[in-house]
Amino acid sequence: MIRVDDISKSYKTVKALKDISFSVDNGELFGIIGPDGGGKTTLMRILVSLILPDSGHALVHGLDTVKDYRKIREIIGYMPGKFSLYTDLTVMENLDFYAKVFGVSIKQNYQLIADVFDQLMPFKNRRAGHLSGGMKQKLALCCALIHKPEILFLDEPTTGVDAVSRKEFWDMIFKLRSDGMTILASTPYMDEAGRCDRVAFLQNGEIMGINSPDGMVDGFMRDVYAVKVPIHDVNRTIKALKKWDKTHLAYLFGDSIHWTPISNDFHKDVLLQYILSCGCECISIDLVPANIEDCYIHLSFERDSAYE
Amino acid sequence: MNNSDPAIKVVNLVKKFGDFVANKNLTFEVQKGEIFGFLGANGAGKTTAMQILCGISLPTSGKVTIAGLDLNKHREEIKLKIGYMSQRFSLYDDLTVKENFRFFGGIYRMSKSQIKTATEMLLDRLDMMDKMNDIVGSLPMGWKQKLAFTIANMHEPEIVFLDEPTGGVDPLTRRRFWELIYEAAEKGVTVFVTTHYMDEAEYCNRVCIMNDGAIVALDAPAKLKEQYGAANMDEVFLKIVNRQKK
Repeated sequence: MIRVDDISKSYKTVKALKDISFSVDNGELFGIIGPDGGGKTTLMRILVSLILPDSGHALVHGLDTVKDYRKIREIIGYMPGKFSLYTDLTVMENLDFYAKVFGVSIKQNYQLIADVFDQLMPFKNRRAGHLSGGMKQKLALCCALIHKPEILFLDEPTTGVDAVSRKEFWDMIFKLRSDGMTILASTPYMDEAGRCDRVAFLQNGEIMGINSPDGMVDGFMRDVYAVKVPIHDVNRTIKALKKWDKTHLAYLFGDSIHWTPISNDFHKDVLLQYILSCGCECISIDLVPANIEDCYIHLSFERDSAYE
Repeated sequence: MNNSDPAIKVVNLVKKFGDFVANKNLTFEVQKGEIFGFLGANGAGKTTAMQILCGISLPTSGKVTIAGLDLNKHREEIKLKIGYMSQRFSLYDDLTVKENFRFFGGIYRMSKSQIKTATEMLLDRLDMMDKMNDIVGSLPMGWKQKLAFTIANMHEPEIVFLDEPTGGVDPLTRRRFWELIYEAAEKGVTVFVTTHYMDEAEYCNRVCIMNDGAIVALDAPAKLKEQYGAANMDEVFLKIVNRQKK
């Protein structure tokens, strides 16, 4: 398991992490969700013993990230956010190299990497630098798994990867979790939160919330209305809604505008009348279940109203 | 340029790198004031096409007209009529707000007095006059984004190219950014935008989906969803790309 207690870290004047605490259970797939600059990579790097926290401490499988860093490095797999394999070595050479560094052979833990390995084999003699984005990430995952780590740290494994490859990558992560591996993965993509057992929302160096994806949504207390308007009226409608004294938040959401009222004691006809009175057309208004992105948007807005 | 002329007109555009065909016979038009989404998997040929449209790289063959000008003849003039912004490269973090305006204004060949007037007017509009001498790196993400978009538009381009402008940005800032895009489009600016967020595809007037160097779909999001029997653009994208794989 992973245990993080009151970790803080600053770079010059920037506070990257502010008193972060949480824990990850054995066998859990835990997601750190947040934007660039939120503190995800700093947190990862502290946990894998690459940098030191200014204060607080963290345990990985009972080992202290500062004192026991050598032991930690033997039992973890780490895939950094920036592609870190040797671009001038082939796929096979990279795998051999990482296996040798950990004193294992590819065959030894083949079971673990079999799926990914098979997908890589058509490119085994290609230099890593010449692989597509998705394939690079698969190779990096393979290298991080080669010594059969007990805990896997994945720092933004799907950033810059297209929607299809992202789904494939999460399928692989999910399978590793089903086989019992403890995984900490970070991502800026909200839609990936649903694949995790629990997620922490990390923004501006602070955890805004920790829960299971369902728990996050169940704990969201505001009614969410999906307002559909013709595309030429979208911007005008959002502007009008933002000005309205009944509005808590109004924002784009797929093919609709999501609107939350200040008070749930509200009838949607009032919303319709208001939109029409602003000279906008309205196709439909529906009360919809909140999704994880609605939760995130509200948490970040309520923490920092400078957003508006 | 006539008001009814398209902002971008591409006819049989081909780009080869050696034997590799990165763009296979692309033909499409983007109307003035349109928000045009350009989607595709990694390696589909989006970046190559965008570089050509911005005048950075030349097509192997085909005819491209940007803001009424032939790309093969007027590349330098075209560059002054377009704006460009990406998430990876937009502003200089270690320069102040004002210095960024001065730098990019200079790049777009604006005069000193034009730059000064534009800087003051735009900062006033953003309500950021008091931030003029702040280092850009110290600003919150939402402000940086607004600023980057404003600077890409400071020379009043006819077309603005946005290359994954919202990658890695938090969900609320991402949406506020799209409101800026809508406002620019309402003023008549043509917006050509790439993204990996499929919900953002829904915000476009039309989207073009590339796969393996070719255009495989081009229509309004609502029409594509209907055509593919999909609930959202994410499903449309997956259906198209998976079908092409087979």
